Amino acid sequence: MQVPAPFEYQRARSVDDALALLERYGEEARVVAGGHSLLPMMKLRLARPEYLVDINDLRELDYLRLEGSQLRIGALTRHRSLLESDLVGRLFPIFHDAERVIADPPVRNRGTIGGSLCQADPSEDLSAVCAAVRAQAVIRSGGGTRIVPMSEFYKGPYETEVGPGEMLVEVRIPVLPNSGSAYQKVERKAGDWAVAAAGAAVALDRAGRIAEAGVGLAAVGAEAVNAHQVEDALRGNEPSEELYAEAGRLASESCNPVTDGRGIAAYKRHLAGELTVRALRQAVARAQQAARSATDGREA
Amino acid sequence: MRVTITVNGEERVGEVEARHLLVRFLRDDLGLTGTHWGCDTSNCGTCVVLLDGEPVKSCTVLAAMASGHAVRTVEGLEGAAGLDPVQQGFIEEHGLQCGFCTPGMMLTARALLDKNPDPSEQEIREAISGQLCRCTGYLNIVRAVRWAAEHPAVGAVDANVTAGSTP
Amino acid sequence: MTAVEETVPAPAPEERPIGFGRLKRKEDPRFVRGKGHYVDDVQLPGMLHGAVLRSPYAHARILSIDTTAAQAHPKVKAVITGATLEGLGLAWMPTLSMDTQAVLATDKVRFQGQEVAFVVAEDHYAARDAVELIDVEYEPLPPVIDARRALDPDTPVIRDDQEGRTDNHIFDWEAGDKAATDAVFAGADVVVSQEMLYPRVHPAPLETCGCVAWMEPIDGKLTLWCTTQAPHAHRTLYALVAGLPEHKIRVIAADIGGGFGNKVGIYPGYVCAVVGSIVTGKPVKWVEDRSENLMSTSFARDYHMRGEIAATADGRILAVRVKVLADHGAFNSTAQPTKYPAGFFHIFTGSYDLEAAHCEVTGVYTNKAPGGVAYACSFRVTEAVYLIERMVDCLAAELGADPAELRMKNLIRPEQFPYQNKTGWEYDSGDYPTCLRKAMDIAGYEELRREQAEKRARGELMGIGLSFFTETVGAGPRKHMDILGLGMADGCELRVHPTGKAVVRISVQTQGQGHETTFAQIIAEELGIPPEDVDVVHGDTDQTPFGLGTYGSRSTPVSGAAAAVVARKVRDKARIIAGAMLEVSPEDLEWEKGRWFVKGDPGMGKTIQEIALAAHGSLELPEGVEGHLEATTVYNPPNLTYPFGAYICVVDVDPGTGVVKVRRFIAVDDCGTRINPMIIEGQVHGGLADGVGMALMELISFDEDGNCLSGSFMDYLLPSALEVPAWELGHTVTPSPHHPIGAKGIGESATVGSPPAVVNAVLDAIGVRHADMPLTPGRVWQAMHGGVEAPQ
Repeated sequence: MQVPAPFEYQRARSVDDALALLERYGEEARVVAGGHSLLPMMKLRLARPEYLVDINDLRELDYLRLEGSQLRIGALTRHRSLLESDLVGRLFPIFHDAERVIADPPVRNRGTIGGSLCQADPSEDLSAVCAAVRAQAVIRSGGGTRIVPMSEFYKGPYETEVGPGEMLVEVRIPVLPNSGSAYQKVERKAGDWAVAAAGAAVALDRAGRIAEAGVGLAAVGAEAVNAHQVEDALRGNEPSEELYAEAGRLASESCNPVTDGRGIAAYKRHLAGELTVRALRQAVARAQQAARSATDGREA
Repeated sequence: MRVTITVNGEERVGEVEARHLLVRFLRDDLGLTGTHWGCDTSNCGTCVVLLDGEPVKSCTVLAAMASGHAVRTVEGLEGAAGLDPVQQGFIEEHGLQCGFCTPGMMLTARALLDKNPDPSEQEIREAISGQLCRCTGYLNIVRAVRWAAEHPAVGAVDANVTAGSTP
Repeated sequence: MTAVEETVPAPAPEERPIGFGRLKRKEDPRFVRGKGHYVDDVQLPGMLHGAVLRSPYAHARILSIDTTAAQAHPKVKAVITGATLEGLGLAWMPTLSMDTQAVLATDKVRFQGQEVAFVVAEDHYAARDAVELIDVEYEPLPPVIDARRALDPDTPVIRDDQEGRTDNHIFDWEAGDKAATDAVFAGADVVVSQEMLYPRVHPAPLETCGCVAWMEPIDGKLTLWCTTQAPHAHRTLYALVAGLPEHKIRVIAADIGGGFGNKVGIYPGYVCAVVGSIVTGKPVKWVEDRSENLMSTSFARDYHMRGEIAATADGRILAVRVKVLADHGAFNSTAQPTKYPAGFFHIFTGSYDLEAAHCEVTGVYTNKAPGGVAYACSFRVTEAVYLIERMVDCLAAELGADPAELRMKNLIRPEQFPYQNKTGWEYDSGDYPTCLRKAMDIAGYEELRREQAEKRARGELMGIGLSFFTETVGAGPRKHMDILGLGMADGCELRVHPTGKAVVRISVQTQGQGHETTFAQIIAEELGIPPEDVDVVHGDTDQTPFGLGTYGSRSTPVSGAAAAVVARKVRDKARIIAGAMLEVSPEDLEWEKGRWFVKGDPGMGKTIQEIALAAHGSLELPEGVEGHLEATTVYNPPNLTYPFGAYICVVDVDPGTGVVKVRRFIAVDDCGTRINPMIIEGQVHGGLADGVGMALMELISFDEDGNCLSGSFMDYLLPSALEVPAWELGHTVTPSPHHPIGAKGIGESATVGSPPAVVNAVLDAIGVRHADMPLTPGRVWQAMHGGVEAPQ
């Protein structure tokens, strides 16, 4: 079996400790949490960090809680926890849609949301999900904390806003009334990277129009993690099949997929549109359901 | 570096390189060769063990990362009372052929049944979806897990008598 | 003569069949405890570890190899290169197809992943680290990747190691009657032609290939634990190739984690490990990693086929002709019987009564890994079945006929058996129409077609695909079939101990097929000794008789026959001894399972156990009869066997995404006499999953520079439990008339028969005449929107 090149290993005892270690070892250090992106790359010797800082003991980063109108997710929260959380499923079903098709159960037992977002693989799903729900990334360093919207967090393939000596510690997601979200992914088999995927999150106003919309695409070479043209076209409008079709068209145009073993560019471009339509349809339906429950709740 | 891992209930200590994978520690250092490996990219799931009760791919966990934690391997399935119902189920339902994926499959089944004692066929398939089998076509594995769900008493059947008898 | 049996209910739990029947496996206790003994479990004192340096280029000249840094690594014990091996005459080795293959490259590298050097070190880490320290200077050469261009003029010559070679041509081969076939085509109402690729795939057993080689320095005995499906063939080959005396070589197949034809050949890594052991005086372990397995070991298929089918206007199939371009990679290392460079491809006439048939196969070299016959090794039967079952569907589409009806109309009829097909095969037995009807009943075929029509009206895509396959397996008669001159007849030895237990030694090699159980059942059926009292010994050349091993579904047809024959020899001898015990003439004795008794006086008899004890005792035996109770045999099969089956696949296709969901798969198999239905069903289940995998996702692909794009399970996709349905099985039984127990073999039937069923179903759903595998969502969508090319 393949084995990594030699490296040094340190286990962080606290977030501050982890930051101090990253500061000390600089560019040759990598944080390891679940390890299911990093360790395979190290075994193939495509990644050769000299130091690994293991942050799995930092239980203080493993949480899911509602604070006011924000869902706060610790960076060390495992994929499995997101999938099993009723809270997450109720507020943001897009996470459940996505987690069901991210990797497989043993991998989900280890992989973390922080790891996925920081790995920033262009085919990775949670980046698109977090973009759709307009998440914010909380980044800490020895010097303090800064908060960065998802649209600025993800800078390109394998590139994020997290700099040397910094760590992603939390993801914050605004909870909006009358909202719904969904994720649609095509994969060649269970656990495969997406051929293409689309996540959508909408919030409706009292009149049932789309007040807020977030759309994120994965694996189709989108320039930004948020599909801005699509979102702009949705905002302020009444949901309808024609609107979804227009959104799909814009999604197709906005992306830049490459031909590879997963499919030809034309197919992926088609999927970007088709899956955006389906994700929107489902997100709106869930939002309308939420609106009805809220109304029922108020009337009861 | 020194690692201390509780394996099948027993504390085991080793001196390892940082890059020593958990699967290698189990196989080479502890001689527990029931955990196998089959790929380089964490896809095949042949190496699944239970880490603090949850199925994980031991080829993607460093021995160092497992230090201070509990690991259960296939060697830890059989108890004093006899084979685990999952092991018996695999014999009863012909859930194995070459046996290479079997330890991992059984451990995942054990963990599933501990959380969900009456899983549906779909739930079983999802639970094992991260583990490949090239021999069985999966149906008999599903049946084996169902057998274990329906016969939860350990040692219900004497393992020495069942081999070579009618299912 | 045929006999058809309906499904019999399983015996009640208290019954334990002594002989054929559902029986739990004797080998399971060790596997469920994690006590299987696979090659990587072998640990010997002082054992060293090997690792291979592989070529990054598909085609390049080697300018220099500098091993200084690797040799200087403190834990490295030896570094072997092609130059080292040249000195020992081992840089090249013969292949199973009378070609040669480089063990370690000397002049050129000819495929990406080819072996260039071998490092032996104290531990696995050091070996891997040291491999990186070897410095090789390459001069890249233009690679030949597209087999269709391999014979173009001015194409680079890959095998310039062969004297006088000026092109990449390996062989031409044909079967059938070309003139007669052309004449039928010329006069036919309807002719349909179709190009189709059976793409390169890989058997990918879960356990990779590997070995532990131990050349014991004092007595000069080589012990080789190895993942080998053919221990004896390997042993003889090492003797011929390495000049080691054969009696000083012991090959031990440990428990094998799946073979599927991947573990038939001798790989350079094994030879290097042997040399490493000779050079260091220590045992050397070499186990490949997954990328090595996918990139360098025996792939399967890669047949570019052009099929043509001729028929009458009302759907009677008259003739089939096929032209094949076979991509064999950089060395011709396919495991084929010598006279059959294209294996048994000429079974492409399938299950249909044709007036004429002809095929031409041209084999070429390309700069890709060597191999071709693996993954239901079946000697190209897989390719042949795909060809004919796709052609029949193409004909059905052309005629607007129902694919089941068209098949039913043309199936060989029961009264035509034994059936001489038009390419030289004699099919032994079969009742095809009953088998097809049974599959259709289980599937509810008419109901499915109704459902399909309703769904179509709503724009929903549902497909139903059929495959009716006939295999030719169990190679084979030694006059016609040999591998590297070793005739394909296998031995078997049976010894009954004084206390009535027995040991049977077999030449074939299980990799999960349950031989430790099924062979005990054969002995039990013939002698009445319970299976748990019969020890089945396999895998160790020091302990087993000679034979050609397990592949091409030959274990039951050949070695199973040998086991039955040797048991009958023992039974015949037991009769004589019983006669002596009972003081009657042996002719006055009658057999019921487990005992000989006096005709007409059942109370007067002796059990086989009593006879065994007496055979070892002081009983006076007749003149010329030796004591003890044992026999040996070598079984030379008179013919191959012809398992067959009818498969029906039901799929749903998402029109917006091209995603295929396999909803149902019905498989009715006929493997003749059924030794252990539980094991048979397991074999079928596994093969059906293979078919779903090949049809929908598996592909070994290359870019135009010859880089292998499928070197890991991230890209070489295999089905999980979520991609396959709950299989629905049925069976019929038409015993093979020439086989001692009428059994035909089952190991590869499902892998052979299922891919066309799945492909036919998908194409039926989307209304497209043809599209090549793998039918991934993207390729399905492309097929629906104007066409898709064959994959690279």
